[in-house]
Amino acid sequence: MKILITGISGTLARGVAYRLTRRGHKVIGIDRRPWPDVPEGVEMHQADIRKRPAEDVFRTSRPDALVHMATVTHFTTETEERYRINLGGTRKLFEYCHEYGVKQAVFVGRHTVYGATPDSPLYHTEDEPPLAGAAFKELADLVAADLYAGSALWRWPELNTAVLRLCYFLGPSRGGTLAGFLSKSKVPLVLGFDPLYQLMHEWDAEEAITLAVERQLRGVFNVAGPPPVPLSIVCEATGKTAVRIPEPLYSSVLGRFGFPYLPPSAIAHVKYPIVIDNSAFVEATGFEPRYTAKQTMEGFRWN
Amino acid sequence: MSFLDDPQVRRNVDRLPIEFDDYGFDRFGLSKKTLVRAYSPMALIYRRYLKVTAFGLQNVPAEGRAMVVANHSGGLGADAAMILTSLLLNDEAPRLGQGMAEYFLTRSPFARPALTRLGHLTGLPEHGEQLLNDERLLLVFPEGARGAGKLYKDRYKLVHFGTGFMRLALKMNAPIIPCAFIGGEESFPQLFHIKWLAKLVGGPFVPVAPQLIYFPLPVACQVYYAPPMQFDGDGSEPDHVIQQYVDDVRHSMERLISTGLDARPQAFMFERMPDPEKERRP
Repeated sequence: MKILITGISGTLARGVAYRLTRRGHKVIGIDRRPWPDVPEGVEMHQADIRKRPAEDVFRTSRPDALVHMATVTHFTTETEERYRINLGGTRKLFEYCHEYGVKQAVFVGRHTVYGATPDSPLYHTEDEPPLAGAAFKELADLVAADLYAGSALWRWPELNTAVLRLCYFLGPSRGGTLAGFLSKSKVPLVLGFDPLYQLMHEWDAEEAITLAVERQLRGVFNVAGPPPVPLSIVCEATGKTAVRIPEPLYSSVLGRFGFPYLPPSAIAHVKYPIVIDNSAFVEATGFEPRYTAKQTMEGFRWN
Repeated sequence: MSFLDDPQVRRNVDRLPIEFDDYGFDRFGLSKKTLVRAYSPMALIYRRYLKVTAFGLQNVPAEGRAMVVANHSGGLGADAAMILTSLLLNDEAPRLGQGMAEYFLTRSPFARPALTRLGHLTGLPEHGEQLLNDERLLLVFPEGARGAGKLYKDRYKLVHFGTGFMRLALKMNAPIIPCAFIGGEESFPQLFHIKWLAKLVGGPFVPVAPQLIYFPLPVACQVYYAPPMQFDGDGSEPDHVIQQYVDDVRHSMERLISTGLDARPQAFMFERMPDPEKERRP
C-alpha cells in the first residue's frame, strides 16, 4: 500500500512511518517541520497541508491511504492558527482524499475530547458526545476536528474513514501531552483529587495506528492499552514529586516555581478522570498492548 | 497496628474475586490498601460495638454479578457500612459490595478519591452497568435518601421504592438478593430533623437523636439475606411490569424485616443476638 502520513515529523508519526515501511508499505510524508534523517523508503515533502504543494502530493503520488496526524495543541500554537490547522487542514485533506480516490483515511485524535467532568461515567464509549469544548476552550478546535473527520463517514461513504481517539502515551521520545505534564521534577496535583489516568506505551500507540491502517478500519474507535492508574501513582512511578495544591491557588502556580504550564481551564483534567472503553477497537483489530502501565511508566522514568 | 490492619480483613481482601494491577488498584480505581485501612476499624465496630450477626450469607454468590437490595435503617450510614462489612467478613466467600455515591459527594475534594478507592462510584446508570458487567456485587438502597431520613416513629416502614435498580438488574441479567438491616433505627433514633440547617449545608437532612452526637448507640444489629430473586426481561418492559417486580422485592424485604424484628427478644438489645441455628458468628 502507498500510505501518506501528514504531520510525519511528530514523535508518534515517525514511529508509525518506521513500522509501515518495515512491513513493506510505501510511505510518503508531509510536514512543515523537517525530518533531517528521514529513513530509506520514506518520501518526505516539507509542505503545509493547507497549501498547494500538499495537494500536488495527492495528485502526483495517488496514495491508497491517509494517516492524518497533523494536528496541534494549545501547548505550541495560538488559538486562531490552531483552528486553521486542525479544522481547516482536516477539511482540506478529506476533500483531497475524495478527489484523488484515496480508499482509507485514519484521523488520529485524542481521548481528551470526551472532557473531564465530575458527573461523567468512567469508560466512555464511542457513541458518547465529546464534551471537552464546554469547559476547556483550548480543546474546542480538536473536538470540532474529531467530529468533522467523523462526518466523512456519511459525507463520502466510499472513503473508509477511521477516527481514533487515542489515550495518553509515554515513551522514549518523551513527546506527547502527558510527557509534557511530567516534564519537570514537580507535578501539580489538586489537593483532595486523584483522578485515574489512562496511558499506553508509545510503541503500542504506534502499533495501534498501524493496525488501523492495515485492517482498513471504518468508524470511530477509542484506543487504549492497559487499565488506568491514579495520577499520584503516575507521578510516583515516573519518579516525579506530586505537589498537592489547593484549588484556588492552582492556576497561579502553573508555569512558575518549577511547575509545567497548563491553561487554567485544564484544571478539570487534573481533578476528574477521562477513561475510555477500547473494546470496539480490540474487537475490530485484535490489538493487544505489549506493555503494562508499570512497564510504561518505569521505562519513561529510567530511559 | 491492628486497628488499621485487621488480619481477617486483610486475608479476605486478598481473596476478593477482583483483578488488581501491580499497584493494588482495579480498573475502576479501587485500592486494596485503602480497603484494608477503612474496613479494619469497621470490623472492630462490627464485632465489638454494634455486635452484628449476619444470617443467610450463603445466599450471596461467591462470585459473579448480583445486587444486594437493602432497607435504610438509621440516618448515619451505619446500615451500609455494616452490610458491606458483613459481606467482606464472610470467610466462606468474601465479597466487596460496591455502592452508588451521592452526586454532591463525588464533586467534593477528599470524598471523591476516598469513595473511588473504596469502590463506590458516582450514582450513574452507566457505572451500575459497568460494575455488573465486570461481575461485581452492587449494594443498592432503593428508598434513597428519604429512607435514610426516616424518623423513629416510622421505624422499619419502607418508603417509596425507585424502579431504576430493577431495570438495571433486568438489563444486566443480575440476580437480586433482598437484604434487611435490623437495629439501625434503635442505634440512632431520629427524633426530628433540623430543616433550616439541612438547607444551609446542602445535605438531604440533619437528624437529631437522643445521644445528640453523630455516633450510634451500642445496640446489637442484625443483617438478613434472602435467597436470590431472578426476574425475566431485558429492562425495556412497560412500567406496570417493572412495578410488579419491584413490589415483589419489596414484599420479600418486608417479610425479612418482620422476621428480623420478631426474632429480637427486645428492641433495645445491648447483647449479641441469640443465634439458635448457631449459623455464622464472625
